[in-house]
Amino acid sequence: MARITVTVNGKSHTSDVEDRTLLVHYLREQLSLTGTHIGCDTSQCGACVVVVDGQSVKSCTTLAARCDHAHVTTIEGLAQEGNLHPLQEGFWECHGLQCGFCTPGMIMSAYDLLQQNPNPSDDEVRHGLEGNLCRCTGYHNIVRAVQYAAAKMRGEEVSAPNV
Amino acid sequence: MIPAAFQYVKANSVAEALVLLQQHGEDAKLVAGGHSLIPAMKLRLSQPSVLIDIAGMADLKGIAVNGAELTIGAGETYHAIATSATVKHACGVVAACVGQIGDIQVRNCGTIGGALAHSDPAADLTAVFLALGGKVTAQSANGSRQIAADDLFVSMLTTALDSGEILAQVHVPVLQKGQGAAYAKLKHPASRYAIVGVAAMVTISNGVVTAARVAVTGAGPQAVRQASCENALIGSSGDAAAVKAAAAKAGDDMDYLGDIHASEEYRRAMVQVYAARALNEAIAQARA
Repeated sequence: MARITVTVNGKSHTSDVEDRTLLVHYLREQLSLTGTHIGCDTSQCGACVVVVDGQSVKSCTTLAARCDHAHVTTIEGLAQEGNLHPLQEGFWECHGLQCGFCTPGMIMSAYDLLQQNPNPSDDEVRHGLEGNLCRCTGYHNIVRAVQYAAAKMRGEEVSAPNV
Repeated sequence: MIPAAFQYVKANSVAEALVLLQQHGEDAKLVAGGHSLIPAMKLRLSQPSVLIDIAGMADLKGIAVNGAELTIGAGETYHAIATSATVKHACGVVAACVGQIGDIQVRNCGTIGGALAHSDPAADLTAVFLALGGKVTAQSANGSRQIAADDLFVSMLTTALDSGEILAQVHVPVLQKGQGAAYAKLKHPASRYAIVGVAAMVTISNGVVTAARVAVTGAGPQAVRQASCENALIGSSGDAAAVKAAAAKAGDDMDYLGDIHASEEYRRAMVQVYAARALNEAIAQARA
């Protein structure tokens, strides 16, 4: 067993975890943060993406023990005071999801992308999301959703596209 | 999927990790990015009893040019290398290669030392490292030694590193005027691993190819040099006909692996296609 102290969405948690516990299981089962999904479980689909110390990672392939003293942001940490994050709003407004299974990971990868590149081209959005697979949308509306959020985060006037 | 139980130990320096390796012997494995090892452990293909975490360690970091050599700390991540101005300037093929590995989440974790020490049959860096004729510095309790790229990859998932050694630094040449290097790859659409990858480095002097190194990954058990392809190109002008003739010899002397993604026959055909692409790009750079 390892004792870890992790700050998740701004809140500090001290927990005992098995050495082999994966971050995604720690978040879902010990902290009850089930917004982070387990999809392929082989670090390909991206449903489990969270941000650890400012970088997006696949939490199904990250040991919880390694996250001692880390700052983790999950999908639950994005909305502030009941207001959707621009990315969440973008996915809502632009119909960036159908079944929604991939959406938390998509949004966390897009969050990382927009931190590094606040004004991406459509190509850069697609490239930035290459580690996230969506089996419903065909991706076009996901790209629109990220561009909606990017514009809003830059302080520009935005409106939902006619999709 | 959850790995078999193991003990997790964090090492804070190479010295500490070497002591831990000695203590725990062959039951211990080093973990850096963990994106090859942890999936293998989840499938129970690997069941070490102790994991020694060497990620983020300061003495495995650093990117620097010393004369004609670029040295990259084994613990540098793909993302750090892909975005390093020093690497792009000194040996751009390394930055370009790591910049297309996996996806950003993989690149945030995966390390150059991990890739070379793991020697996955479908890794990208192994071929680039071989084509560049690089070397690694390995540290052990007995000191350190250098291993040339040509001697590093022994067989599938097996390198010349001893179990008590840590791959500490990776050295590749700084490309000079008249030299070019490129990597061309057929990607698996989901994992982005190389179904076939070919790396080439070419030196052109007075319009003649004076040196060429070509290496293939993805198609066989480990990355491997392509002597007959190299020899066909050396002494030529490097024009379209010469590239075509050399590429036709790529993949001549190697073992192939087939799987559900691509048959041996298909991989063999693609080695020639991607060898031509890598050579054309390397030659264009060498002439620029």
